[in-house]
Parts: sequence; structure tokens; C-alpha cells
Amino acid sequence: MLRFLLALVLFALPAFAEEETVVLGLSQDRVAITANFDGSNILVFGAIKRETPIPPGEPLQVIVAVSGPSEPVMVRRKEKKFGIWVNTDSVLVDSAPSFYAVATSGPFHDVISDTEDLRYRISIERAIRSVGAAMHIRSAQDFADAVVRIRTDNGLYSIRENTVAVDEQTLFRTSIDMPADLTEGEYSTRIFLTRGGQVVSFTETTIHVRKVGLERILYTMSRQQPIVYGLMSLAIAIAAGWGASTAFRLLRNS
Amino acid sequence: MHIYLPIAEVSVNAFLLLGLGGLVGVLSGMFGVGGGFLMTPLLFFIGIPPAVAVATEANQIVASSFSGVLAHFRRRTVDLKMGAVLLVGGLTGAALGVVVFNYLKSLGQVDLLVKLCYVVFLGVIGGLMFVESLNAIRRSRKAGGSPPAKRRQRGWIHALPFKMRFRTSGLYISVIPPLLVGLSVGVLSAIMGVGGGFIMVPAMIYLLGMPTKVVVGTSLFQIIFVTAFTTMLHATTNFTVDVVLAVLLLVGGVVGAQFGTVIGARMKAEQLRILLALLVLVVCGKLAADLLLQPTELYSLGELGGH
Repeated sequence: MLRFLLALVLFALPAFAEEETVVLGLSQDRVAITANFDGSNILVFGAIKRETPIPPGEPLQVIVAVSGPSEPVMVRRKEKKFGIWVNTDSVLVDSAPSFYAVATSGPFHDVISDTEDLRYRISIERAIRSVGAAMHIRSAQDFADAVVRIRTDNGLYSIRENTVAVDEQTLFRTSIDMPADLTEGEYSTRIFLTRGGQVVSFTETTIHVRKVGLERILYTMSRQQPIVYGLMSLAIAIAAGWGASTAFRLLRNS
Repeated sequence: MHIYLPIAEVSVNAFLLLGLGGLVGVLSGMFGVGGGFLMTPLLFFIGIPPAVAVATEANQIVASSFSGVLAHFRRRTVDLKMGAVLLVGGLTGAALGVVVFNYLKSLGQVDLLVKLCYVVFLGVIGGLMFVESLNAIRRSRKAGGSPPAKRRQRGWIHALPFKMRFRTSGLYISVIPPLLVGLSVGVLSAIMGVGGGFIMVPAMIYLLGMPTKVVVGTSLFQIIFVTAFTTMLHATTNFTVDVVLAVLLLVGGVVGAQFGTVIGARMKAEQLRILLALLVLVVCGKLAADLLLQPTELYSLGELGGH
């Protein structure tokens, strides 16, 4: 019995190496896209649970990364040919999140080391995967950079340094702005605790983004019954056209 | 007030859409063009995905043309017989156009070819109409009133077989030219995502020799059926018809079209034509500039559609 307990403790020991763990809260874990959806703001907060006193040395840092569903993206580059600008080269970026926001409690490179970033794929550049680039295309990296640049300009990708508030190395909170142009899906939310650039704890949860109400009905219908949806769209259009025309005529005659 | 479009998956200002619809609607009613050649680029500009813009535009054209054609029916300016002949060509053309479109898509250059099509067609037609209407205005000033309606190019059209009498248009011509006009407009409407009125109206005036008053109503009549067909094709194959977007655009568009029809009825045919010519040339110039000038962003992102 004693030996069994000892074995259990020894076996469990690596898990105990993670002395600090996150107790997480979200202001909401689902985002409903309604007809007048105009973006959302999610408060991510939590506390650090530890069995031992706060370790001395480097202070605790927190990184919150929210990532939308990943999809392949075709990136095309224009070149001047015969006097006009045409798409010439294209690269398929295998997987790029539709939305990506990183909030940190300090300057990004102080909070996490490059090797840890590489391992957990936290920075925007690392969250994008591109392996299928054809060899004949010059500087394939430019194409991945273009994805980041274009989506950053559209407010879909962002890195917000110093936006996670950490109190007494125990409480933290940040708010993640989500733009109006959200796509549906499971948004994975990862929280990293780091000390001296090393990840000491890591937890993950999911925010569900869903269309609701009329948006949901129309979307589902257009996918599952396209013929009915098409006919309905035409009927609505013609009815509105005729209705407005009649209303206008009555208005002028009266 | 922002509104989230369920198929386009973007959030846009509802009043902006209503305004765009209204503006294009006025032009649509005035000239008998569907307005797609203006609306489709405008929708790209406000951030609607191109595939959704093209498909939804087809749906919206049905509505704005419907209210326009009703106004023309009341004024008896629709040649139903001619419309039916054009329509037979148009539906065949639209089906052909979709085949061509998918082939271009497989080549990966569909955007460029669509834009080049726009520049070439808008440029040629706008230029021709502009010169022609300038001459007409000059002639009417010199003659000091009613100029003799001189019709060109009637020799070879009269020589063709299968003649038919079009009473409303006052024509007795072969059905082959209207069928071909309908066919080419159908192909263009499927490829360029437009109703095709800007091609059809000049073709009817200059090629078939139809009276201008009848041309507008008749082209709207044909456009309704061709764009309805296109809408169904897009809705069932690409799932890109956004009914919320279409309704917002058409509420503005339908009201605008009513005003446009009234304005159009009060203006002289030459004035109408010169305005339309200028409008076509402006859109052509803008698209040509996009192709010729270096874009600020050389890269573009696309989804893996159609695989």
C-alpha cells in the first residue's frame, strides 16, 4: 500500500512541476452574431493558483492568445505585364486563422523567448503555417507576410503588448476586442504564464461564435436548400419591387 | 446602424447600402440599364466579397428592373415580342457564359479577364454613344427641329431570313440579329455579373434600329428573366446570394428607379444617351486606371472556392 502511494506520488511528480496554474474566467464564452452584430468585447480574467509561495526572481507574465478557425488561403501577387497589373505568382498558405489576437503583460520579446514562441506558436507569424510553397517562386515568405499585413490592416490580426494587467503576480485581466467581420466557428483561447521567457503554465478554453436567429436560418437554408433559398430570394426581390412601385404610384396619385 | 450580412459574413452600415441602392436605382430607371456595372464595383469597394457581390447583384437587378418594367408597361413602351426573342437568346447565352466563366476560373485569371471585358466593352460603347449623340444634338441644332431619322446598317439585316413583324417597335426584321444580341448579352451578364443593359440598349438602337422609347422597357423585360436565371445558378452552385444585402439594396433601388423613370421620361433621347455615354466612360476610366497604375497592395487573398 505504502509502495503504491509512493509510486503514485513519484508518477504524479512531473505534473506537480507546474506549480502555478490558471483559474480562468471569461465574461462570455459564446458570441452570438445577430442581425445588428457590431463586434464584441470579451473580458478574459483569472487568478493564479499555487501551493507554494511566489517563486523569487523574474516576475510572472501572462499571454492571452485568441485564434479563430484556421483555413487555407490562396495568396496571389501582381506583376506588371504588357503594361497592366496582373496576378502572376500564387502561394497556398496551408492554414491561417481567420482572426488572431495576442495580448501580453509586457513587451512581447521580454515576455516569452523565441524558442518557447516556436514551440507554442504564439506570435502571429508562427500561427500561420505555410509549407506548400512552390520552389520556383521567389521569396515565398513574402506571401505569408502579406497575409499578416492585409489581415492586420483589416483589424483581424493584432498584437497588443502591455494590455494584460497583472496584480500581485496573482490576478490578471485583459479584454479582447473582436471586430464585426467575424466568421463562425470555435475560437480557441490560450493563456500562458511565463517567467523569464519560459512558459510555466498553459491552459486553453474555447469561445463559440455562432450566428443566431434570422442570420442562422438564412445561412442554414442557403446551404441545405439552395433551390428553395434562391427562389425565396427572387420572390422577396420581386415582391419588394412590385410593392414599392405600387406604393410609389399610390403616393403620387393621392 | 450596422447590420451583419449572413452570407457575406461582414458587417456594414445599412444606410450606406440603402443610399448606394437608391443612387444606382435612379440611374437604372433613367437609362434602362440594370446598374450592375456600377453596383458590382461599388460593392467590392465597401468590402463585400466579390463572389457574393456578383451573385447578390443579379438578385437585386431582378427587383429594380421589375419595378422599372412595371412603369414602362403602363406607358406601353415594352415590345413583348422583341423581348421574348431576346430572352431566348439571353437564357442560352447565360448558360454558355457560366461554362466560360468556370473555364476562366480554372485558368486562375478570371478577375483580370472580367476587368478587361469591362474596360473594352465600356470604352467602345461609351465612346460610340458619346460621338453619336453629340452628332445628333449638332444635327438637331442645325436643322432647327426634327432631324430626319437616318438609320444606318439596315442593308444586311434586311437581307437575313426568318423575318418577323415587331409591331410595337415598328420593325419588320429577321429574328437572327435579336437572337444574337440576346445571346451575347446573356454570355456577358454571366461572366461580368451585370444585367447587360449597357450593351443591349446601344445594340438595340444602333443594330436593330428600335425606337429609343421602346428600347428601355424592352431591355428591362429581358434583363429580369436573365438575371433571375443567373441568381438561381449562383444560389445553387456557389451559395453566394445574400438575401439581406439584396433586400437593402433593392429597397433603395426600387424607390430610386421610380424617380429615375420619371426623370428619364421628361428628358430628350439625345440628352439621355449623352449622359449614359459619359457615365459609361467614367466607370471605364476608373477600371482602366486600376489595371494600369501600380496598386498599393500587390498581394491579394482568396479563398479556395470551387475545388
